[in-house]
Amino acid sequence: MPAVTAPSRAPRSASVMPDTPGWARWANDHRKWLFAAPAMAFVAALIIFPLAWTVYLSLTDSSGSVRAESEFIGLRNYLDVLTDTDRFWPAVGRTAAFTGVALFFEVVLGMAIALLLWRPFRGEKWVRVAILLPLVATPVAVGMMWRLIFDPNIGLANQALGWIGIGPQPWLAGQHTALPTTIFIDIWQWTPMVVLILLAGLTSLSDEPQEAAMIDGASAWQRFRHVTLPLLMPTVIVAVLLRGIDALKTFDILYATKGRGGGSFNEVETLNVYAYGLSFDYNEYGLSSTVLILFFLLIIALMWVLTARKKEAGR
Amino acid sequence: MKPGRGFKIFRVVALAVVVLSLLLPLIWMVAASFKTNVDIYDSSKALVFTPTLDNYDTVLQQANYVQFIVNSLWVAFAATVLSLLLGVPAAYSMSRFNMRKSALVVLMARVIPGVSLLVPWYYVFSNLRMVGGFTVLILSHMFVSLPLIVYIMMGYFDGLPEELEEAALVDGLTHIGAFRRITLPLSIPGIATAGILSFIFSWNNFMFALVLSGASTKTLPVAIFDFVGYASIDWGGLMAATTVVTLPIMIIALFVQKYIVSGLTAGATKG
Repeated sequence: MPAVTAPSRAPRSASVMPDTPGWARWANDHRKWLFAAPAMAFVAALIIFPLAWTVYLSLTDSSGSVRAESEFIGLRNYLDVLTDTDRFWPAVGRTAAFTGVALFFEVVLGMAIALLLWRPFRGEKWVRVAILLPLVATPVAVGMMWRLIFDPNIGLANQALGWIGIGPQPWLAGQHTALPTTIFIDIWQWTPMVVLILLAGLTSLSDEPQEAAMIDGASAWQRFRHVTLPLLMPTVIVAVLLRGIDALKTFDILYATKGRGGGSFNEVETLNVYAYGLSFDYNEYGLSSTVLILFFLLIIALMWVLTARKKEAGR
Repeated sequence: MKPGRGFKIFRVVALAVVVLSLLLPLIWMVAASFKTNVDIYDSSKALVFTPTLDNYDTVLQQANYVQFIVNSLWVAFAATVLSLLLGVPAAYSMSRFNMRKSALVVLMARVIPGVSLLVPWYYVFSNLRMVGGFTVLILSHMFVSLPLIVYIMMGYFDGLPEELEEAALVDGLTHIGAFRRITLPLSIPGIATAGILSFIFSWNNFMFALVLSGASTKTLPVAIFDFVGYASIDWGGLMAATTVVTLPIMIIALFVQKYIVSGLTAGATKG
């Protein structure tokens, strides 16, 4: 990079830089966009066109092949999808249930574990290692791992239930137990993420409000409820936001444990799995684009609500 | 504040339960990868069994896994390096010039559902005869890496005092020179954090490779499915495959724990 080495030979005093080549000076003056534009152009190129095309496809009856002739049908896809109580609304329900239940347990457990880890103790390092491992493990592999553990015939889960005298459960194989089981897997893998975020938040809190509350005779629960929690609230909302976006879009563990369409009864078919199936199993591009646009709007709306809550809590 | 004795005992017990429930499934997976399929089906051999390397032989010799390991390494490495080249200067600019709206464009990539991009990408890249090649895989994984890197590095640059650069300007460096000679060397911990996380997320990515990779460019998370048949599952082989995918990343994580934690929690405690 000659542009960078040249100025270093310039006289020490000058911000004028007389022996700097003109183009290097130009680069220096325009560094703001010179630095930012390539990354933005990359993302924009890969997002804006696909997004615009998804909007367009959602207004057509494109199916079979995207190259095939398709007709502009206005908002009919939206009407079809929004009145589809067979696949769409159940998928919305599952997405909401999956995200809501998983997030609830992840935040409650994550908070409890973070509080346990808050004050230093011996062996802390090893606990932190254990917390990190599920988090970095490949989600598809995690799905497969639990598939073995939850196998109704040979899995560890039913063996363990047998030891305490409870009969075998169908777990992932059951029509009504599959979704709760995948939620459990999500909780296992991602509670550690919430722990790390909340722990970072707790560590950044100052001790003084705690000590003041202690002098005032507040119990441990009162100190948590009225001192720690309100101060930590912005961090809690960040955790919910980051985890919530990913939970809504969960795909890997659902595909790994139940395969296409979320199982033979679509028992774990969330919006993301449904849209994937419409696109790549059924080639219904018009419908799939409609589902995706609605899904995207849902994510944006939730983010907006949470960001507003965060501003409120930060005050 | 000193925690009381009762709390200390409770904490030890509670954390033991937490650690056990996090580690037991992983230990179970690794153990099963050293069992024959007969032993996996035999509950009396749950803990005591004769270890065998047959499953690893299947995975590495017959299932062409060495190729898939190389594919995964190459895609994750290339996507990370290219994303760092694009992302670090961008994050610097966005942090120093307070370009929050522009940053939002890049971070949008983290929010948008991947499926909505895959249909158009597949169409465009198959017209260009690129589907199944490494270029399109690397581009799609950069889409995962770049927002992550920009997000982490913006936080890092926000925390780096501007005075150091100003001092360099007084000493006659240009702005770009100050960035290269002062800011970048000081940012190595941040870049390491961003790079490691980007590598892990790319290594773990499944959906983009599922659609965009070909038989010879498959990455490990897609190749795992080779062990899941319609009628039956080769559990031993499958667990060896999942161990091959997850173990390297976990071992890396042990060595760079500090960086991973700071990357994952980046920006979480700011107002």
